[in-house]
Amino acid sequence: MINFTMPDFTQAYPEMFVLAMTCVILILDQFLSDARRSITYYLTQLTVIVAAVLTFNQFGTDTVVTFSGMFVNDSMSVLLKLAMYVVMIGIFLYSRAYLTKRGLLKGEYYALGLFGMMGMMVMISAHNFLTIYLGLELLSLSMYALVAYDRDSMVASESAMKYFVLGAIASGMLLYGMSMLYGANGTLDISAINDSINSGTASKQIQAFGLVFIIVGLAFKLGAVPFHMWLPDIYHGSPTSVTLYIASAPKIAAFAMVMRLLVETMPGLQSDWQTMLIMLAVLSMAIGNVIAIAQTNLKRMLAYSTISHVGFILLGIIAADKAGYSAAMFYTITYAITSLGAFGVIILMSRNGFEADQLDDYKGLNQRNPWYAFVMLILMFSMAGVPPTVGFFAKLWVLEAVINNDMTWLAIVAVFFSVIGAFYYIRMVKLMYFDAPEDEQVLEGSADMRLALSLNGIVVLGLGLFPGSLMALCVAALA
Amino acid sequence: MLLLTDYLILGAILFCISIAGIFLNRKNVIILLMCIELMLLAVNINFIAFSHFLNDIAGQVFVFFILTVAAAEAAIGLAILVVLFRNRSTINVEELDTMKG
Repeated sequence: MINFTMPDFTQAYPEMFVLAMTCVILILDQFLSDARRSITYYLTQLTVIVAAVLTFNQFGTDTVVTFSGMFVNDSMSVLLKLAMYVVMIGIFLYSRAYLTKRGLLKGEYYALGLFGMMGMMVMISAHNFLTIYLGLELLSLSMYALVAYDRDSMVASESAMKYFVLGAIASGMLLYGMSMLYGANGTLDISAINDSINSGTASKQIQAFGLVFIIVGLAFKLGAVPFHMWLPDIYHGSPTSVTLYIASAPKIAAFAMVMRLLVETMPGLQSDWQTMLIMLAVLSMAIGNVIAIAQTNLKRMLAYSTISHVGFILLGIIAADKAGYSAAMFYTITYAITSLGAFGVIILMSRNGFEADQLDDYKGLNQRNPWYAFVMLILMFSMAGVPPTVGFFAKLWVLEAVINNDMTWLAIVAVFFSVIGAFYYIRMVKLMYFDAPEDEQVLEGSADMRLALSLNGIVVLGLGLFPGSLMALCVAALA
Repeated sequence: MLLLTDYLILGAILFCISIAGIFLNRKNVIILLMCIELMLLAVNINFIAFSHFLNDIAGQVFVFFILTVAAAEAAIGLAILVVLFRNRSTINVEELDTMKG
C-alpha cells in the first residue's frame, strides 16, 4: 500500500502561480478589444516578474524533493529558472514590437508562451521520468503551435509541420529509452534509478540500450548533429518572434534535462554516455560552423551557429566533473542571453513586409545607426568568443574543464572549429561597418525595445568584463 | 504463456515499423501522423509489459499520461495540417521543400 504524504506546496509556488495566471490571461484576453491588447502583455510580464520573485525567495535553501519524488527544488533549479525568467522577459518584450507591426498581436501568443515557460519550469524541477516527459511535452506542444502562429504564412506552416513531426520522433525516442531504463531498474524516480544502476543488479545491456535512445532523444531536442536537420528550417520559417523564443529560453531547459537525465540519473553509465556525447559534440561543432559559412539568410546562419554552440555546451557535460557542469551552465545561460539579443536586433531592423533576415540587409548598419551596429558587433563577437565579451569566458571555462580531464585533443578540435566559425561572425561585422548601406530607412522601435536591446548588449559586454559573479553562482548551484 | 521478451519484441517491431513509415513515406502527411501515434503505442506496450512483470504500477500510470499527451499531440498535429493544407493546397511530403540551405 502506498502511503500518501501531503506534498510541500511551498516548493511549487512559482509553477502554481504561473499556471493560475496563464489561465486568467487566457480567459481575460477574450474580453479585450485589439486596442487594449497591451493589458495582456503587461499581465504576462507581471506574471514572469512575480514568478521570479517567488523563485528568488527559494534562493539558497536546501534541496527539497516533494510531490512523492516527482518534483525537486535545488540550487540548480532555482538558478536556471531565474535565468530563464530574465530571458522570457526579453522574449515577450522584443516580440511585442514584431507582432504589433504585423497585426499579429493576439492573446494566444502570450498564453502559449506562458504555457511553454511552465513546461520549462517543470522540466528544470523534474525528479522523475514522468515529470521530465510532461514538462518537455508542455513546452514542445506550445512551440509547435507558436511556429504556426502566423497562419497565413506558407513557410511558417511548413516549418511547423516539420518541427511537429521531428519533435514527435524525438519524444518517441526519449520515451522508448525511458521504458527500457524503467524495465531494467523497476522505477521511474531519478535517484532510485541512480541507486539501482550503482548497485549493479540491473541488466547492463538493457540499460545501455535505453541510454542510446535517451541520447538520441536529447540530441534531437538540443539540435546536435546528426539530429539537427529540423533546426535551420524551423529558425528560417517561423516568425522571428517565435524563432527568438525557440533559440533562447528552451536551451536552458534542455540543459537542465541533460543534467537530470544523464548526470543525476546515470552517473553509473558515465563512460558510455561520455563516448556518445563526444561524437555528437565533435560533429556539431564541425558541421555547424562549416555549413553556417554558406548561409545567406541570417536566421539560418544563427541556426547553424546554435548547432555549433550546442557542441560546446556538450563539451562541458563530457568533462563530467563539477567544473565542467558549471562551465556548461554558464555557457548555456550566457548563450541564451546573446542569442536573445541577436534576434532582438533582427526584430528591430525588420518592419511590416520586410523581415531583415538576409545578410545583405545589414550592409552599412553602422552608417544608419551606429549604436545598434555596435550592439550587434558585441553580440557577434560574443558568439565568436572574442574577449572581452562573455562568449570568450564561456568558451575558455568549458575548454579548461575538458583539458583538466585529459581530453586535450577535444579542446584542440573545438578551438579549430570555432576559429572557422569566427569567419561568419566577423563577415557580419564587415557587412555592418565596411559596406555601403542599400536601405536608408530609419530604424524604428519603441522606447522599451530600444532600451532593452541596449541593455542586452551591455549585459553581454558587462558579463564579459566581470564574469566572476555569474560563474560563482553556477559553481554554487552545483555544489 | 507469453514471456516478457515476446512483448518487448512486439514493441520493438511496432517501433521499427513506425520509424520506417516516417522515413520511407514520401506521399502523405497524414501517414506521418499515424506513424507517430504508432510509435507512442509501441512505447506503451513496453511500459505495460514491464509494469506487469515487475509488479510495479508506475509504468501503467505513465501509459495513461502518454495516451493523454498523444491525444493532445494529435490535435495539434491535425491543426497544423489544416493550416498547411489551406496555405499550400497539398499535403504531399515531397512538396514540403520551399526552404533550402
